[in-house]
Amino acid sequence: MGYNLKVKFMVEVKLVDLTKRFGKVVAVDHINLTIHDGEFLVFLGPSGCGKTTTLRCIAGLEIPEEGHVYFGEEDVTFLPPRERNISMVFQSYAVWPHMTVFDNIAFPLKIKKYPEKDIKKRVEWAANLLRISELLDRYPHQLSGGQRQRVAVARAIVVEPRVLLMDEPLSNLDALLRVLMRSELKKLQKRIKVTTIYVTHDQVEAMTMADRVAVMNEGRLMQVGTPEEIYNKPGILFVAGFIGSPRMNFFEATFTGEALDAGDFKVNILHEYRAMLEKYEGKTLTVGIRPEHVYIPERSPTGVPQQELEGVVDFVEPLGSDTIIHVKIGNKLLLAKIPGTVKVDYGSRIKILVDLTHLHVFEKETTKAIF
Amino acid sequence: MSRVAPGEKTLILKKLVIYALAVIVSSWILVPLALIFISAFAVPEEYYDLNRIIPTSFTLENVNALLFVLKEWKATLNSIIVALLTIAISFALGLPAGYALARYIFPGKDMFKLLIISLRMFPLMIMAIPLTILYLNLGLSDTLLGVAIAHTSLALPFVVLITSSIFVSVPVEYEEAGMIFGLTRFETFFRITLPLILPGLAAAAIFTFVMSWNEVFVASVLTLVNRTLPADILVSVLAAPDPYKFAAGFIMVLPAMIFVFIARKYLVAMWGITLR
Repeated sequence: MGYNLKVKFMVEVKLVDLTKRFGKVVAVDHINLTIHDGEFLVFLGPSGCGKTTTLRCIAGLEIPEEGHVYFGEEDVTFLPPRERNISMVFQSYAVWPHMTVFDNIAFPLKIKKYPEKDIKKRVEWAANLLRISELLDRYPHQLSGGQRQRVAVARAIVVEPRVLLMDEPLSNLDALLRVLMRSELKKLQKRIKVTTIYVTHDQVEAMTMADRVAVMNEGRLMQVGTPEEIYNKPGILFVAGFIGSPRMNFFEATFTGEALDAGDFKVNILHEYRAMLEKYEGKTLTVGIRPEHVYIPERSPTGVPQQELEGVVDFVEPLGSDTIIHVKIGNKLLLAKIPGTVKVDYGSRIKILVDLTHLHVFEKETTKAIF
Repeated sequence: MSRVAPGEKTLILKKLVIYALAVIVSSWILVPLALIFISAFAVPEEYYDLNRIIPTSFTLENVNALLFVLKEWKATLNSIIVALLTIAISFALGLPAGYALARYIFPGKDMFKLLIISLRMFPLMIMAIPLTILYLNLGLSDTLLGVAIAHTSLALPFVVLITSSIFVSVPVEYEEAGMIFGLTRFETFFRITLPLILPGLAAAAIFTFVMSWNEVFVASVLTLVNRTLPADILVSVLAAPDPYKFAAGFIMVLPAMIFVFIARKYLVAMWGITLR
């Protein structure tokens, strides 16, 4: 289609001290965040962490008790949804059952009084983009879940929204379709360059789609960063534990000046990291290491400082390409992700190597990352 | 010899029972209806002939006399007007209440629900005299609007409860999507919610219509000249010969049947979704 969408309303979204309570429950707790022009930002967190409520405050479906929402310079905190010039894709799609696909997609345009010819052109453009052109005169009940989802997205992009909001749009799709739609949505967003705010509890979705991820827990913003930052430099224990599968290994250890003493084993600290730990000497810290950074001797990368530990194989989870082995060292359990081709037996003694350049150390009280 | 499998036998038996029950239930409704229809058009001589069970010659005379000589067509019109007015008023009041009950949490919500139902605890006989005095003072006595308002008070509790359960079945996201894409709350109700609940509204409308159509007591107490059909028939056919009574029964049944027949098609699933 030769029809070209001009994006007039790219906009920066700014949340200032945003707070929303439901009775005594604080759903959103003083959130400060700026979402840039044309950015794909993902709110990620466990259910009930306040990510959807934050999105609904941006949509205008909830009015916050405190704080403000800005679109560019404009304070939209108390503006009704229809005056915000936004679009939203709902988890349940919310494709109106009493309208055909065409009418569903055309609806926002009709409300905004676009000329009839323009409406047709735009609906065709959006339908073509989402490959639902042949479904335009069907009713929603004649569509599959995936097709309905495409209709919901088409309806959301047809109006040139200032901000596109998506509330777990893929969670009702089957696994295969979800993977497909993930890349399609991302490509679509890059193409029309609309500021997009996306809510999900699925870390894979967040990592694969986001320009930046905002991790939330218990109504608070835990960390905001690119997927790489979130994964490689978690700023707080929660983020370290939430991102990555299998979960990061955690154990408590005391800093002795050169090593972290976990009781059952010790892990040396490289010189370049010691300075950061100086003031914690003699104190208990939480140490994290991802299973993919725990190696076995025959498959360890060369030139990387490692700490050798010895333990007993407690459990083996073969995943095909990889195998997760649970290694018991005294009372501690460390998971290691090793290539699926390596054979490991239950109960056998095994040597494992901890990658010392990938250790994460957190303060015990504040759970904040030291490095 | 073909043998019938034991499973097949019980299946046949089950079917037989179901069909028997269906026949009983339908005759329970259809036999009286047939009796009314036949007798309404029967020639009186044949109707009273003891040697006949079912009359064979028919005439429009009974219905004709009732409708046009006794002027029951006017009462029929009155009844239709009152029933439609009752639907209009009880929907205008009941829909917002049903919506509020379905969508919002507010203090005293359960109490409110209970109060709605308790409205039906007072027998009409008790309220008849105060209502008449009130109506006389308000100038509503002997008006169709007055009867419609009284019927509304009977129908309203059910309209509120039926519609609130229908509204609950409409996902909130449909309305939120409406507001996101440019509608006000009001427009959302009329353009998104209302079309979706048409089947449920049809059910509520049928209920209200039938209730108003059949109601005798209030109509008799509150009106003298502008009577609705049942109230008027009660007086005019009381001492009339049987065929007249059946003719009265016929004109009572027919409009209600037509109305239910029209509203019925909205009852079944629309838009491919089944709302309660």
